[in-house]
Amino acid sequence: MHVGSPALALLVLGLPAASFLLIGVIAPLRRSGRAAAALSVAAIGGALAAAVTMWQSARLPLDGPPPNPSATWSWIPGDGGPMATVGVMVDDLALPMCVLVTFISFLVQVYSYAYLHDEPRPSLGRYYAYQSLFAFSMLGLVLAPGFLQMFVFWELVGVCSYLLIGFWYDRPSAARAAVKAFWITKLGDLGFVAGIVMLWAATGTFDFWTLYGLADSGVLAAVPNLTTIMFLIYLGAVGKSAQFPLHVWLPDAMEGPTPVSALIHAATMVTAGVYMVARAFPLFALTPDVLRLICWIGAFTALLAATMACVETDIKRVLAYSTVSQLGYMMAASGAGDYHASFGHLLTHGVFKALLFLGAGVVIHVFHTNDMFRMGGLFARRPWTGVAFLVGTLALAGIPPFPGFFSKEAILAAVLNGGFRLPFLMLAVTSLLTAFYMFRAVFLVFFGRAHGHAEGHGVPLAMDGVCRLLAAVTVVYGVTLALGGHHGEAPGWLPWVSMLLAAAGIALAWATYQRDIIAPSRLAAALGPIDFMARRRYGLDIVYAGLYRIVLLGLSRTIGWIDRYVVDGVLNVFSAAALRAGDTLRRLQTGQPQDYVYGVAFGVLLLLVWAHLVSP
Amino acid sequence: MPLTAYLILAALVFAIGLFGVLTRRNAVGILLGIELMLNAVNINLVAFARFRADIGGLVFTMLTIAITVAEVAVGLAIVIAIFRVRRTIEADHLDLLRG
Amino acid sequence: MSRFPVLSVITWMPFIGAVLIMFVARRRPLAVRIIATVTTAISTVLSLGVYVAYDREAALQGTNFQFYEKLSLVPPLGINYELGIDGISLLMVLLTSIIIFAGVFASWTVASRSQEFYALLLALVTGVYGVFVSLDLFVFFLFYELAVLPMYLLIGIWGSSGEVRPRGLFAWAFRETGVGSKEYAAMKLTLYLLFGSAFILVGIFALYVSAGTASFSFLDFEGAALDPSLQRWVFLAFYIGFGILAGIWPLHTWSPDGHASAPTAVSMLHAGVLMKLGAYGVVRLGMGLLPEGAADLAWLVGGVACINVVYGALSAMAQVDLKYVIAYSSVSHMGLVMLGAATLTEAGLNGSVFQMFAHGVMTGLFFALVGLVYEKAHSREIGKMGGFGRVMPGVATAFTVGGLSSLGLPATSGFVAEILTFMGAWRSAYSWWLVPAVAGTFLTAVYVLRVTKQIFWGPPSPHFHHLEDARGTEWVAIVILVSVLVLFGVAPGIALGPVDTATVPLLSRIVEP
Repeated sequence: MHVGSPALALLVLGLPAASFLLIGVIAPLRRSGRAAAALSVAAIGGALAAAVTMWQSARLPLDGPPPNPSATWSWIPGDGGPMATVGVMVDDLALPMCVLVTFISFLVQVYSYAYLHDEPRPSLGRYYAYQSLFAFSMLGLVLAPGFLQMFVFWELVGVCSYLLIGFWYDRPSAARAAVKAFWITKLGDLGFVAGIVMLWAATGTFDFWTLYGLADSGVLAAVPNLTTIMFLIYLGAVGKSAQFPLHVWLPDAMEGPTPVSALIHAATMVTAGVYMVARAFPLFALTPDVLRLICWIGAFTALLAATMACVETDIKRVLAYSTVSQLGYMMAASGAGDYHASFGHLLTHGVFKALLFLGAGVVIHVFHTNDMFRMGGLFARRPWTGVAFLVGTLALAGIPPFPGFFSKEAILAAVLNGGFRLPFLMLAVTSLLTAFYMFRAVFLVFFGRAHGHAEGHGVPLAMDGVCRLLAAVTVVYGVTLALGGHHGEAPGWLPWVSMLLAAAGIALAWATYQRDIIAPSRLAAALGPIDFMARRRYGLDIVYAGLYRIVLLGLSRTIGWIDRYVVDGVLNVFSAAALRAGDTLRRLQTGQPQDYVYGVAFGVLLLLVWAHLVSP
Repeated sequence: MPLTAYLILAALVFAIGLFGVLTRRNAVGILLGIELMLNAVNINLVAFARFRADIGGLVFTMLTIAITVAEVAVGLAIVIAIFRVRRTIEADHLDLLRG
Repeated sequence: MSRFPVLSVITWMPFIGAVLIMFVARRRPLAVRIIATVTTAISTVLSLGVYVAYDREAALQGTNFQFYEKLSLVPPLGINYELGIDGISLLMVLLTSIIIFAGVFASWTVASRSQEFYALLLALVTGVYGVFVSLDLFVFFLFYELAVLPMYLLIGIWGSSGEVRPRGLFAWAFRETGVGSKEYAAMKLTLYLLFGSAFILVGIFALYVSAGTASFSFLDFEGAALDPSLQRWVFLAFYIGFGILAGIWPLHTWSPDGHASAPTAVSMLHAGVLMKLGAYGVVRLGMGLLPEGAADLAWLVGGVACINVVYGALSAMAQVDLKYVIAYSSVSHMGLVMLGAATLTEAGLNGSVFQMFAHGVMTGLFFALVGLVYEKAHSREIGKMGGFGRVMPGVATAFTVGGLSSLGLPATSGFVAEILTFMGAWRSAYSWWLVPAVAGTFLTAVYVLRVTKQIFWGPPSPHFHHLEDARGTEWVAIVILVSVLVLFGVAPGIALGPVDTATVPLLSRIVEP
């Protein structure tokens, strides 16, 4: 196992943090916009350099027991040792992930500057403050040496996502989407936090390295309720990585600026769940039931999201569903027990999905709409954009030698080897659907008749340049993987089948949307119920809306009513009764001295009688 | 005469005084009733002092007489003050303290 | 231990300020504010100094109460003016000084009778400081009443009335008592708290009589061996008495009405500090002096706290008046405070004390911001607001930070408090307490973000184009509170280090009697 330098890791973390603090605290810097952008880009560039250095300089100790790759400091003190620690853990998972996060962040920040050039300056400053905060939080999550720190940054990236989805907070739809994203992911986080607290109560630690040791020595296996605990922790990943049934927030999250979608809702944050499962894999390995569930849910999510992507008309939402679908792939591999395959796909997907989103950003910039049916013929006008987008599409569809092919291959092999037949079938069908919906998008946007009219003005160099660079990286990455050879025991027929499926998907899309051999309406009619349900997103949004409006708000109204009119009402009744009683009793005070004397005389008489009766 | 006779006299005077206090509507009449009640007490005190050969009763009586004088003086002063303001000393009309 | 009576100075400084304001600064509003600022600033600086100078090592050795002062008051009855500070009260004193310092600035714009307002406010603060530092229960009670009573005038005179529609079976009672008016709120709050005081007084005397120590000193009571059944009853009395102030269900209804009607600084102080007085009383007197009673009744405290958490959050969600939302969120958070204490675990109790601090700062921030919004928009009705983020970005940012802290966002103090409470809850004898505690954070997320979205997000409403962001002195409170919230969230060790030295010995007496 590689071990990186903690000092460099702290530098990677510190640069974006410093940038966020400076932009956040110094108001003139924030209001200037450009200076904030420059600072933020410089910081993330520095972090990228540091991350690459850290990766290159990581040691690989050959002999002896594996060294502890984490460096921790006390965070929450307690009697007899800290209750919780913070620090960095730089190992084989964290190293490439840091590079991915800083790399995509860097590119997205550069791209954003051109994309958001019409924004007022203070807004731009705010945007870069959020971006820096996000980069810091995501890196903190990646480098976390313990569950608690992971949860800390887990929530922070959630907040960044909330703030960035709601970046255009004037728009009601963006405001709604931001809040929805926060609530739904928070729902999963409840499980996560409960799970890590229970794990802490059982083991007394949050630290991964200690927990790995406990898992190895069998102490952890003896913990009662371990299955429940790991299931609860997995719930966090369900929310964050948009697994069924908590995936509904991700498509709505597309209300944010497109670069944000590329960075947060495709390449990095949403993969945090997958990363967490990989990070805690030695623990999950002890609970096969949970792993089985992860695999099934992952495969089901992949298929479900793919069907919804096929009927979507908004280009960003197509990509969003495809992200959900790909996250399902990764989770399925983790569940099948091969988290290396899952992590590999995480990395490749991060690169080519960012490319696709940033490409879509260019497309939207040109057409001023998100609706694919109002686009068309862009390839002829902007061939390089088309090539870049096509590279991403081929990677996603799983065509060699693009990187998606190899990583997806590894996942399919893992699921098959794990003995999950039905999930494997689901993933295979998804593979066909993926090729179909992605090429549907490509044909609608870049080829075919030009329905929409592209605006005259050009695309800023920064946006185009970033896309081309990412396309180049994707190709190089794919070639490297191809040369690196396979490391899995996949059956020999698997690559051919998967290529065949992808080709079938492409052919279907070509026949339907390019050549009009098959009318889309007939295709839809042939798949009647699925089409009907997919267009309505399987009714899940309605279910959530109902739960929220009827159950939650209804309950709160009831409780509010009870509090005001019953709990408080009873009190007011007492108080009003006291007031009324006083009102009645004051009539005893007639103001006539003689009435009082009557009272005195009567009282004396009573006392006399009483004294007479009591005394013998 | 036995002590009982004095006590019965005192009781009668007290009862008459109380009756006056309770029934008179005129403030001066009420004051007179109070005087009678106080004097009934004085009769008791003197009687006990005589029969039990205790000088304390006489001392108390002198004190009571002094207080009675003061009380009548203050009481009449109040009655006159009320009369000046309200033009009446009918007790029924003096109910400022009614709740 | 220094010779300089620093705790007395901290405690009485605001009172001196109050006296000066009444006699020196008549009808000179600026002088009033300067005196208030200076005296509270002295207290704040000194309490920071005490915080820094507090000797953790000595505390670990057993010298828990530091900066000790003692002055005999009524020797025959054993009443002494006895002050001292430990890890828990240290944090509370710091909280009080931060809130009042911010509160002075938050009420800068009080126009009518400002010198009476400031004088009462400062006198009240002396009471609060006194409760936290006094070690003599008799003096403790005197300070306690001093902290509670000025509230009546502050709300009754400077408060604002809301509207509550009389409805339902008890509508006649609502009309008769004038629900919603500031007079009603002031009266309700005072009656409730005095009702609680009666229980506390009975409890203190029961201790005094049964312990036979011939002194009201906390330290003497601590050493006394008390009968377990007596402990139960006295603990119950303390729990009800202090619990009312801490807003325990179903005796919490004074707090939303009171906080909603009170002027800004009073809401800040009341929700921010006074409610903590209640929780502090339960921890210090209840758990500190009656270990067996506390252990026997922890189920009650925790169970009611669970109701508080969920019920308060759901009620907050149902409110249409912004101040009521914040007030109910206090009810919910005080539930977390009590829950943490009831777990009788190190993590839980630390979480509880930290939550007192975090919630104090957070709710102080909320009330300061709501006061600002109300002052500018002249409305507290959430439904009428919208798009304020465009016109008051600073306020919006601060509100978001406060809101995120209240739903337990990491890197703000709220998170540390919550996670510690969760940890304690699962380790306690009643691990199911974790469920309502965790559910409460979700419900908090729902109502906080709903309110934030409604008020600050969305298209700007044309009615509110004239609004302005905070300016000048208005920033002071906001900046102080936000920085404290974040600082203690990022480095909780600053607070938890000293707190731990106080909670661990306290718990060791309960768990192993």
